[in-house]
Amino acid sequence: MKYIVSIGLETHVQLKTATKMFCGCNLSTDCPPNTNICPVCMGLPGALPLMNKEAVKLTVMSGLMLGCEISKYSKFDRKNYFYPDMVKNYQISQNTHPLCIGGGVDITANGAPKHIRINHIHLEEDAAKINHYARHSGIDYNRCGTPLMEIVSEPDMSSPDEAMEYLTTLKQILVYAGVSDCNLEDGNMRSDVNISIRPEGQEQLGTKIEIKNMNTFKGIYAALEHEIARQTAVVSAGGVIQQETRRWDADLGETITMRTKENAHDYRYFPEPDLLPVVLDDETIDSWRKLLPELPSQKKDRFVEQYAIPEYDANVLSAQLPVADFFEKTIACGAQPKMVSNWIMTELLRLLGESGKELADIPLTPESFASLLKLLDKKTINMPTAKELFPELFEKGGDPEAMVKERGLGQVSDSGAIEGFAKQVIEANPKVVEDFLGGKGPALQFLVGQIMKLSRGKANPQMAAEVIKKQLGV
Amino acid sequence: MEEKKTHIDVARVCELAHFDICAEEMTEFQAQLDNILAYVNKLDELNLDGIEPTMYGQPVVNSFREDVVTPSLPREDVLRNAPDSANDEIKVPKIVE
Repeated sequence: MKYIVSIGLETHVQLKTATKMFCGCNLSTDCPPNTNICPVCMGLPGALPLMNKEAVKLTVMSGLMLGCEISKYSKFDRKNYFYPDMVKNYQISQNTHPLCIGGGVDITANGAPKHIRINHIHLEEDAAKINHYARHSGIDYNRCGTPLMEIVSEPDMSSPDEAMEYLTTLKQILVYAGVSDCNLEDGNMRSDVNISIRPEGQEQLGTKIEIKNMNTFKGIYAALEHEIARQTAVVSAGGVIQQETRRWDADLGETITMRTKENAHDYRYFPEPDLLPVVLDDETIDSWRKLLPELPSQKKDRFVEQYAIPEYDANVLSAQLPVADFFEKTIACGAQPKMVSNWIMTELLRLLGESGKELADIPLTPESFASLLKLLDKKTINMPTAKELFPELFEKGGDPEAMVKERGLGQVSDSGAIEGFAKQVIEANPKVVEDFLGGKGPALQFLVGQIMKLSRGKANPQMAAEVIKKQLGV
Repeated sequence: MEEKKTHIDVARVCELAHFDICAEEMTEFQAQLDNILAYVNKLDELNLDGIEPTMYGQPVVNSFREDVVTPSLPREDVLRNAPDSANDEIKVPKIVE
């Protein structure tokens, strides 16, 4: 029997605001425990929440990027539960009238385009961080009240790979829009996973299992693979899947029952009486729409069109916004687009990868990068020299033109000088010359290499090859 | 339209809200709640088609603040309110859900 897998994701994304959702407490992550808390986020009696407008704006911008319909009227509700990560004994969330409805994410599945629908996006507050120790648990309320956007997908994904593709694309879009850092290590992006299987041919979805609070893509992938195998084994053996919430144990590599349907929470949602509804007019929504950046896929198409670079290059360059910006700024400084693209994809991304640095952290500017490439393009320097200078510019920055002048790195394209070197090399290597004349192509490379050596790397290699051939009468 | 409620189980509500009340109170509150519900259900006598439920009493919307940091409380003051603390964290019995 073949089974069809249905996966839906509820992705919680911390918004990039300076302050919390309902109070002015600082959101920096590197503060000592329990220093960014106040009567509102500690739920002290009489304290009243006041909504952060920026959080509403960032959620609406996310909705616009994802093709959602923006609600003209939305409101907040109390979700009641008892757990020490939420001091008020309720979380302020949106149950019935979320800020954004519908929309979706376009992914590639098995080489074909696929649209993963989004059900809605709502805004809520994050809970505190609990640390577990041998004999007690300790709570740091700094995170309590952080604006958290929950993006709820439809169960449209049919494999762990599609789920990865969805999350990667979603992350890319949100980082592009500047609404979140989506930093997985910092827990900026966490997902609850819903998964069910059903026999092929059956219309109705199978019973779903929820896996809570996964904060790495790798973990989600592993949990999904495990859960698909587990459910398939249960159903194949004639068993029935019971609706339940499970927890992924990364050490054991398996999911474990957290609570069954009978013990499911009853959150007793009701409208939050301490907050007023949010009513957005077209003018406000349009003013936020104007702040949206180009989507990664739009940027990719434009790069192909505008700079005549291959689709593959455009894909790599548009994947991260800082890289895409660096590419365009370097071209704006007069460098040749395909050359810029090649150098970013090979040299720059390699050095970034090796050093573990971000583009924003390195002293290399688009101006000096463009200057280096222009020197190479005009043949003022040769490729080996350019490749030698690049890591230095990457590490320390600087003006390539001045460096070339100071160190005398200019390429020797003076045919007189090269002819002199060629003569020496031919005289010193009669055996290699013979090989070359006898038809051994690689022998020429050796001779050119000797000229490069004599010129201390500055000769124009193409010209050196020409001169040797000319002197040997080939 | 949400499902119409004709009965609210006080015992269940108490369980959910972590309230402990005695049997006498349970009976008393159950009768009161049933009364209140019956009163609210009078609304069913009216034709409410196309009328949105009233969620807020005032006709005011959009009360926002700007995203500007305001001072937080001194940590000592906050921790003084907690039953116990250790290493600047609020200490609670070991919980693993």
